[in-house]
Amino acid sequence: MEKSIAELRETFKSGRTKSVSWRKKQLKAFLDLVNENEDSIFKALDQDLGKSPVESYRDELGIVKKSATYSLSCLDKWVAPKKGDLPLLLFPSKAEVIPEPLGVVLIFSAWNFPITLALDPLIGAISAGNTVLLKPSELAPACMSFLIQAIPQYLDNKAIKVIGGGADVGERLLELRWDKIFFTGSPRVGRLVMTAAAKHLTPVTLELGGKCPAIVHNTLSNPSKAKVTAKRIVGAKWGPCTGQACIAIDYVLVEEKSASTLIELLKKCIQRFYGGNLKELNSISRIVNKNQFQRLVNLMKDPHVAASVVYGGSVDEEQLVIEPTILLDPPLDSEIMNEEIFGPLLPIITVKNIEESIEFINSKPNPLVIYAFTEDETFKKRILSDTSSGSVTFNDAMIQFLCDSLPFGGVGQSGFGRYHGKYSFDTFSHEKSVLHRAFYPELEPRYPPWTNFKLMFIKLAYGFDYLGLMLLMLGFRKS
Amino acid sequence: MGNKSEDKAVFDTDSANQMVNKLRASFVAGKTKSYEWRVSQLIAMLNMMEESEPQIVSALRDDLSKPELESSIYEIAMLKNSCKLALKEMKHWIKPENAKTSLTTFPSSAEIVSEPLGVVLVISAWNYPFLLSLDPMVGAIAAGNAIVLKPSELAPASSSLLAKLVARYLDGSCIKVVEGAVPQTSALLEQKWDKIFYTGNGRVARIVMAAAAKHLTPVVLELGGKSPVIVDSGIDLKVATRRIIAGKWGCNNGQACISPDYVITTKDYAVKLVDSFKCELEQFYGKNPLESKDLSRIVNPNHFDRLSKLLEEDKVSSKIAHGGQKDETNLKIAPTILLDVPINSLIMKEEIFGPLLPIIMVDKLEESFDVINSCGAKPLAAYLFTNNNKLKEEFVAEVSAGGLVVNDTTVHLAEHNLPFGGVGESGMGSYHGKFSFDAFSHKKAVLYKGFSGDSSLRYPPYTRGKLRLLQALLSGSILRIIRALLGW
Repeated sequence: MEKSIAELRETFKSGRTKSVSWRKKQLKAFLDLVNENEDSIFKALDQDLGKSPVESYRDELGIVKKSATYSLSCLDKWVAPKKGDLPLLLFPSKAEVIPEPLGVVLIFSAWNFPITLALDPLIGAISAGNTVLLKPSELAPACMSFLIQAIPQYLDNKAIKVIGGGADVGERLLELRWDKIFFTGSPRVGRLVMTAAAKHLTPVTLELGGKCPAIVHNTLSNPSKAKVTAKRIVGAKWGPCTGQACIAIDYVLVEEKSASTLIELLKKCIQRFYGGNLKELNSISRIVNKNQFQRLVNLMKDPHVAASVVYGGSVDEEQLVIEPTILLDPPLDSEIMNEEIFGPLLPIITVKNIEESIEFINSKPNPLVIYAFTEDETFKKRILSDTSSGSVTFNDAMIQFLCDSLPFGGVGQSGFGRYHGKYSFDTFSHEKSVLHRAFYPELEPRYPPWTNFKLMFIKLAYGFDYLGLMLLMLGFRKS
Repeated sequence: MGNKSEDKAVFDTDSANQMVNKLRASFVAGKTKSYEWRVSQLIAMLNMMEESEPQIVSALRDDLSKPELESSIYEIAMLKNSCKLALKEMKHWIKPENAKTSLTTFPSSAEIVSEPLGVVLVISAWNYPFLLSLDPMVGAIAAGNAIVLKPSELAPASSSLLAKLVARYLDGSCIKVVEGAVPQTSALLEQKWDKIFYTGNGRVARIVMAAAAKHLTPVVLELGGKSPVIVDSGIDLKVATRRIIAGKWGCNNGQACISPDYVITTKDYAVKLVDSFKCELEQFYGKNPLESKDLSRIVNPNHFDRLSKLLEEDKVSSKIAHGGQKDETNLKIAPTILLDVPINSLIMKEEIFGPLLPIIMVDKLEESFDVINSCGAKPLAAYLFTNNNKLKEEFVAEVSAGGLVVNDTTVHLAEHNLPFGGVGESGMGSYHGKFSFDAFSHKKAVLYKGFSGDSSLRYPPYTRGKLRLLQALLSGSILRIIRALLGW
C-alpha cells in the first residue's frame, strides 16, 4: 500500500498530471471505459443491488458520462487564472487567482451508488490535476471488482489507482498523509475520517446524509398536479436504490386532512410502477445485504410502528427484498423517526397546519435536501429562510442531482464541502493568489523611521482617499 | 470583590455549553439573520475602532511594544476598511446567485442562496490580536451568525480590552468574548459549533480540527509556515531590500504569518544583498536597533528563549552576518541576518516567527524551487524579486503556497479581492472581502420545478425504449432526443 502511494506522490511531483492535455486524455479514456463496458456495469449493479438497466443508466452510467463530458468541455475555462481588480493605490500591479491541484487525494465511495459515488469525485480530482487513490465500498463487491479491473486498463495507472478490501484497509489508509480526502458515507464514519485527517491537517469533503423530508402542501387540490406529485414522490423514494440513497425522500409531512388522499395516490402509483405485491415486484432494487435488511426489519418491529403500517410491510429474507411500505404517523420517538431510514419504508407524518412542518424539520439535524410540493410563494420563501439544508427542491425530487450548475453538498450533520460541475474541480483545487508588483512607483511612507506624516499618509491611503493624499503631499493638509 | 475572579475561574464545559445554548436560541430566534442587525453591528464595530484607537495602541504597546504606526495601520485601519467594505457590499453578497439549468431538468429555474451557518467560534492569535479577532468577525457578522471570540491569552492587555469593548459596543445576546487559556479553550472546543475559525500554529490546529471532527464541524485554519523570498540579480536592489525589510521587521518584528522567513539568492549576489540590507536597516532603525521605537519586541520569554536557541545552535552562531544583539530584560532582539546556515539546522526547519533572516545561497536561481519544495511544508506565502519574466512564470507554476507576490512582500494581505488562506500545512479555507462572507455561509442550492413537462420515462415500469430516451436526454444532444422519441 505504501508503495502505491509513494508512486502516486512521485507521479504528482513529476508534474505530469498538471498538464491540461494529460487531464483531457484521462477524461476521454474514462468515457471509453464507461462506453465500452456498459453491459459489465449493468451486470455488476444488478448483482450488488438488483438495479435494473434503466435505473443503472439514469443514476450511475448516465451521470458519470455526463459529468466527464461536461468537464472535458469546460476544463480550459476552469484552469484559466481569474483576474482580480486592484485599487489605484497599488498601481501598477496585476492580481490573479490560479487554481492548482492539491496533490495526492483519497476518495472513499459508498455502496448504494457504487459507480457514481466513486467515479464522479474521481472526475473532479482528475480535472483538477491530482493523482488519486480510490477506495470503493466492499459492500458492493461486484462493482468494486469491476473498478479494480477496469480502471488500470484505461487510465494512467501510475496516477490513478484503485484499492480493494474492507474497513481495515480504510483504517490503514487514514493513517497516512493525503492532500485531500473526499468521503461519501455515514456521519459516524465521517467523524472517524475527519479525526484521522486532523492529524495531518488534511482538508476533507464529507458527503453524508440525514432524514430528507418532503413537505406536501397544496398541490394535492388539483387532480393532475396531485398525480404528478404522487409520481414524483414515489419515484424519489423507491426509484433510487429502493430508498437507499442520501437524497431519497426519508419521510413525508402533510396536513391531516389531505393524508388519506395522498396515501391513496401513492398506493396506486406504487402498484403501477412496481407491481401489486411482493411476488410481482419489479423495476426496483433490493436491499444491499443481510445487515441492512435486518436493520430495516427491526425498524418495523416496534408494535406501535408495526401498527402504523398502512401499505406493504412484507419482506422476503432470502431475496433481500422489502416491498414499498407506507406508515401513517408512527410514534415520533421511535427509531424509524430518529435515524436515517435508508430503505423502502415511508413514514407519513400528519400536522394540523402545514406551517408546523417547518418546526418539525428544524427539530431534527440538517438534512441533505428538503423537498416541498407547494405553489404558495410565501410558504416557499418561509421554507428557504426558516430551514437549513444542503439544498432545497420545489415540486420535484432527486432531479436536482442532474444540475451541474448547482453545488451538491450538506450542512451541519449532513456534511460539508460540495461538488458537481465546476464545484468538483474547485473541491480538489487550491486557489492560489498571485500579486505582481512593479518596482516603481515607490511609496516612501511604507518605511521607517515612523513619523506623523507617514502615519497620516497611510491612513489616507487605506481609506483610498486620493484627494486627501494629494492635499497631504502638496502640504495643504496638516499631519 | 469575589464575583469577577470567580466568573473567570469557573468557565468550564458547563459554562461553555450554557453560552452556546443561549447564542443558539438568539440565532434560532432570527436576531442575527436580519440585515439591520448585521449593519448595526458593523457600524458599532467601526465606532468601536474609531473611539478606542488610543486604548488599542496602548494595549498593543503593553503586549508587544508594537510601534504606533503598525497598530494604527495593521490593526485599526485595515479593520475599519474591512467593516466599510462589508457595509458597502453586503447587499450584493447576500443576494442569491442565479444558476443555469439545462435541458435535462427543463423546465426549471435554480439559484444558490447564502445562509448563515449558526453559532461560530473564532480563535485568534497573539501577534495581531485585534485584526485576527475582529476581521474574521466582520465576515461572521456579515453572513448573519452568532459568535464566540476566544482571543489569545499571550496578549493579555489586548484580550482584556477586546472583552471590554465587545461587551460595550456589540450585541451581547449574540456576540460574546471568552478570555482564558488552555482550560477555557478546551471547554469551548468540546461544544458543537457550526464553524470554527482558527488562526495560529499547526500543533494546536490539529487539536482544533480533531475536536471539530466529533461534531462534524467545518473549520478554517489560518496557519503559517516558512515563507521564502527568492532574490534575483538585475533588479532595483534598494527597493527590493526595503520591501523585504518592511515585510519582515516592519511586521511585528518578523512575528507575522506572512513575514518573509528566509531568503534564497545566488552565491554571486549574496554579498551585495547583505550589504544592501545593512545599509537600509540602519536607515530605518538607526545604529542601535535595540533602542529603536519602530520595532516590536518579542512577545514573551518563551519565544525569546526559542529564538535565542535558534541563534546559538552550533554551525549557525558563526553565520551571523549582521545583528545578533539581544536585550533579555526588554525582550528585544535586533534585526539579524545569517548567511549560509546549514539546510538541516533548526532555524531552517521550523517557522522562525522572529527577527532572524537566514540567507540560503544557490548556484543557479532555478535551484531555489527545489530548496523551497524540500522544506516539506507548503508555506502561507512565497515571494520573488526579479525582472525575468520566465522566472516569474516558473515561480507561479512551481511554487505552491497560500499566496504569491512578485516584487513585493505581504501587501496581498490588503487586497480584498484575493482570497487569503493557506494550503497543506499552512492551512485550509480562506477569507478577506467576500471570501470572509462565504467562509461563514452555507451556499444552499435551490431548484424550482413546475408541474408541466412530466415525462413517463422517469418512472417504471422500465422498458428498453425508456432507456434509450433517457440516454439521449442525459447526453443533452437534441438530435439523439428526437431520434429516441421517434423510436429510432
